[in-house]
Amino acid sequence: MAEYTSPELLTINAARLLRDGDVVFVGVGLPNLACNLARRTHAPNLVMIYEAGVIGAQPARLPLSIGDPTLVSGALSVCGMYDIFALYLQRGNIDVGFLGGAQIDRFGNINATVIGDYSHPKVRLPGSGGSMEIAAWANRCYIITPHQKRRFPEKVDFRTSAGFLNHRREREAAKLRGAGPQAIVTDIGILEPDENGELILTALHPGRMVEEAKENTGWDLRVSGHLRITEPPSERELKILREELDPQRIYLKGGE
Amino acid sequence: MMSKLMSLTEAIQRYVRDGDLVYAAGFTHLIPFAAGHEIIRQGKKNLILARATPDLIYDQMVAAGCARKVIFSYMGNPGVGSLRIVRAEIEAGNLDWEEYSHFSMISRLQAGASGLPFMPMNPTAAGDLERVNPNYRQIIDPYSGNPVVVVPPLKPDVAIVHVQRCDAEGNAHIWGIIGEQKEAAFAAERVILTAEEIVDEEVIRSDPNRTLIPAFIVDAVCHVPYCAHPSYTQGYYDRDNEFYLQWDEISKNREKVKQYLDEWVYGVADRNAYWEKLGPQVHQRLKVGERLSAAVNYGLY
Repeated sequence: MAEYTSPELLTINAARLLRDGDVVFVGVGLPNLACNLARRTHAPNLVMIYEAGVIGAQPARLPLSIGDPTLVSGALSVCGMYDIFALYLQRGNIDVGFLGGAQIDRFGNINATVIGDYSHPKVRLPGSGGSMEIAAWANRCYIITPHQKRRFPEKVDFRTSAGFLNHRREREAAKLRGAGPQAIVTDIGILEPDENGELILTALHPGRMVEEAKENTGWDLRVSGHLRITEPPSERELKILREELDPQRIYLKGGE
Repeated sequence: MMSKLMSLTEAIQRYVRDGDLVYAAGFTHLIPFAAGHEIIRQGKKNLILARATPDLIYDQMVAAGCARKVIFSYMGNPGVGSLRIVRAEIEAGNLDWEEYSHFSMISRLQAGASGLPFMPMNPTAAGDLERVNPNYRQIIDPYSGNPVVVVPPLKPDVAIVHVQRCDAEGNAHIWGIIGEQKEAAFAAERVILTAEEIVDEEVIRSDPNRTLIPAFIVDAVCHVPYCAHPSYTQGYYDRDNEFYLQWDEISKNREKVKQYLDEWVYGVADRNAYWEKLGPQVHQRLKVGERLSAAVNYGLY
């Protein structure tokens, strides 16, 4: 079995969640690598959309920010900020959104705003950006994150973007067009919502244990009756990531 | 044709007043750093600084004491991490703030630019931003009976918009990421344009679909090559990602921030001096090659 770093494992497992033909709202870092990897393997018709207003980007180099000029050169279309959120996202033209945050809770709600009291913040985080609307309106949302207890509290301090709120039926009652978070890919395994919208452990990466996942989750993590083991990263996936997508190992070096 | 050409120094003196709500436009692209630096040099005070992404330009203006409040939707150093000065001032209780999601921020500008009393958006159910910011309201759609979220117009006293090229009157061509350039200009009371190139009106007329901003909403036109550095101008020079990473280090230490401002803002007369001071190695690093679009035929009629 090939050796790999934790970011490589996360990226490869996220890439496998994407389907050919998906229109994806991409973020920088690992989601960007995951989309490019999917495009070079099982999803050649993936369309990458960046919230800066770029549609069908084919970046020639790794972008540091979502507004990098390499996203524009050779893209299918560029539009303004209002159009990207209204015509593309609100209208329902986005299949997949990637989200991140400092906290993700039991029902997949995300905090990217503040730790502690909003008016007197202990830690002020960057805030919503596009995530409030992506979480509501993209058909499917995925989250890539290290598996740490402080990132997985029972309840988020501030609900920047909606998962299943307090129960799947609450999200359904809100009539949001998107289906909500579909998978949280961590370095230990994969969490997915059950029929109530509660995140449960559905997969472990090779060599990882259920106990590790439980110890690093802030609520009493339930385990699926159909727990599976993910396929290890293949030589081909690793080769594309290392040789084509991030040869300088800006995002893929381990140690996290 | 009435020329509105003036130096950036004069434009900031004339059109930016203490206490103004300022919108320096640009989503990562075309951020008018030279104008931010000129505002710092002129010691403007009590400004309300609005931008979807405050970026380093507002981090520097807040560090220099120009601002009493920020309005934003993503307060980070894009691709790097935290925006340390704005964050520290907020955490210390020294800086007022008002916060949105990207879509509600641009919807506010869209309302301002369209002369509308508010813009509606579909609900997101997240709830907490709406709870802490009373500018978010829910009303009932009179047609369907369903709730919609509304935000009021954002009407800056002054918008500063950087463009690739414009004529002396202010008809402006912009390409690449166009962010909220157009909406900021139409929403604002006064508009300062900075441009990489000043061109003849004939160049503008050769490609009217590329004109995002018409002259009659523009107050000042300033010829400021390299205005956007360390941000970028598509087709002219690259984003200085190295500096965005360096600022993460500089901004950890207030003494270093002061040294930076002394050397690179107060210590230079204008953008020409700043660009020369950056030196040939940086110029070389930020050079971009040519990738021309196919020409289009507007037709002779």
